[in-house]
Amino acid sequence: MLSKNSKHGLLIAAAVCVAGMGAYTASLFADRAQHAQERVIKMSVKRFEYSPRDVMLKKGVPVVLEITSLDVPHGFNLPDLKVRADILPGQVTRVRLVPDRTGTFTFRCDVFCGTGHEELDGLVTVTE
Amino acid sequence: MTTSHARRNFVKLAGLGGVVFASGLPGWATAARRDAIAQDFYFVQLSDTHLGFNDPAINPDAEGTLSKAVAAVNALPGMPDFVVFTGDLTHSTDDPVERRKRLTHFRDIAAGLKVKDVKFMPGEHDASLDRGKAFSELFGPTHYTFDHKGLHFIALDNVSDPAATIGDDQLQWLAADLSKLDKRQPVVVLTHRPLFDLYPQWDWATRDGQKALDLLSPFEYVTVFYGHIHQEHHHMTGRIAHHSAKSLMFPLPPPGSMPKRRPLAWDANAPYRGLGFREIDVDQKGHHVTVAEYPVVKG
Repeated sequence: MLSKNSKHGLLIAAAVCVAGMGAYTASLFADRAQHAQERVIKMSVKRFEYSPRDVMLKKGVPVVLEITSLDVPHGFNLPDLKVRADILPGQVTRVRLVPDRTGTFTFRCDVFCGTGHEELDGLVTVTE
Repeated sequence: MTTSHARRNFVKLAGLGGVVFASGLPGWATAARRDAIAQDFYFVQLSDTHLGFNDPAINPDAEGTLSKAVAAVNALPGMPDFVVFTGDLTHSTDDPVERRKRLTHFRDIAAGLKVKDVKFMPGEHDASLDRGKAFSELFGPTHYTFDHKGLHFIALDNVSDPAATIGDDQLQWLAADLSKLDKRQPVVVLTHRPLFDLYPQWDWATRDGQKALDLLSPFEYVTVFYGHIHQEHHHMTGRIAHHSAKSLMFPLPPPGSMPKRRPLAWDANAPYRGLGFREIDVDQKGHHVTVAEYPVVKG
């Protein structure tokens, strides 16, 4: 037979468990809700061009850039908004960001990909 | 640059521990001056020769500029102890045969230097498309160390990886090399890209450069000479001094000064403007490094 203290402990543990599951479920829903709100922009990159080259975003609005390489490994580096990713051929790379400021910012390939590598860049414009 | 301006540069950097004098005065670094500062030796840095680049609007003497620089180095008063090329010896080409042809042509021109101790390093244009294979065939390892008159030199390769990293293997090699040194040992690092985030928006950075700087930071006297950005630039990270060199093919604009990183056009009224090489004087203890910039041709 359990002592009074043991019963008390079990009750607390059960309550923590239920609360934890509740929090986890809530965070899942919140996550899904956020992803549901995310705007998806499909992009491609090849030697030596991003498409689209100009990307328009809204400050504070979550966005996912789905980027595909059409030929060799490339990079996507947008230092002003603190995002970078390797873009490998044969797979979609998802870059999530929430622009926290307005302006026009350069993104570029930072994986040397050939003679025109230095021209491989584009612009992100963030507006209110 | 006036002498007083140059001296202000000296004070500014010396105050931070870099102890560097940067002068833009052509011909300023004479044998007499070297005697005056009781230097022990000097070496010459040339960078970003981009042999194979072809755009007459940018450099109508693309084929002849390196040869002129070689002649200018040969004409320096007093022979340098050695010469170092800090990368982008050639302009990139996707054709491996052409890459070797350009590197061989470069080597033939560099052979015209009177000083025969010449160190070569790759830039991303030489090495990033084949992970340094062609460069290694012609010039040997892409990273190495050597000692010269009390200074420890480390040539770091941050270009053979197309993603612009030094890489864990080389960082371990660096850590092992540094572990053998006293913390007061003067160290000179030669590399192509800046080891700090100079301007990542233009790819002027090394992705894991901070790891190398962390390994170097316990040392009291560290100076980094690099290329890549085609202009003179001086910067301190902690007590480590970083100095970029001019190109011998085309200058680039100051970081972030223009929307695009594009070569600056040739000025017919000032041919070879923005191009040049540098002499680096080292004092007897190796604690003081003095930099003097030279143009390709005397104005």
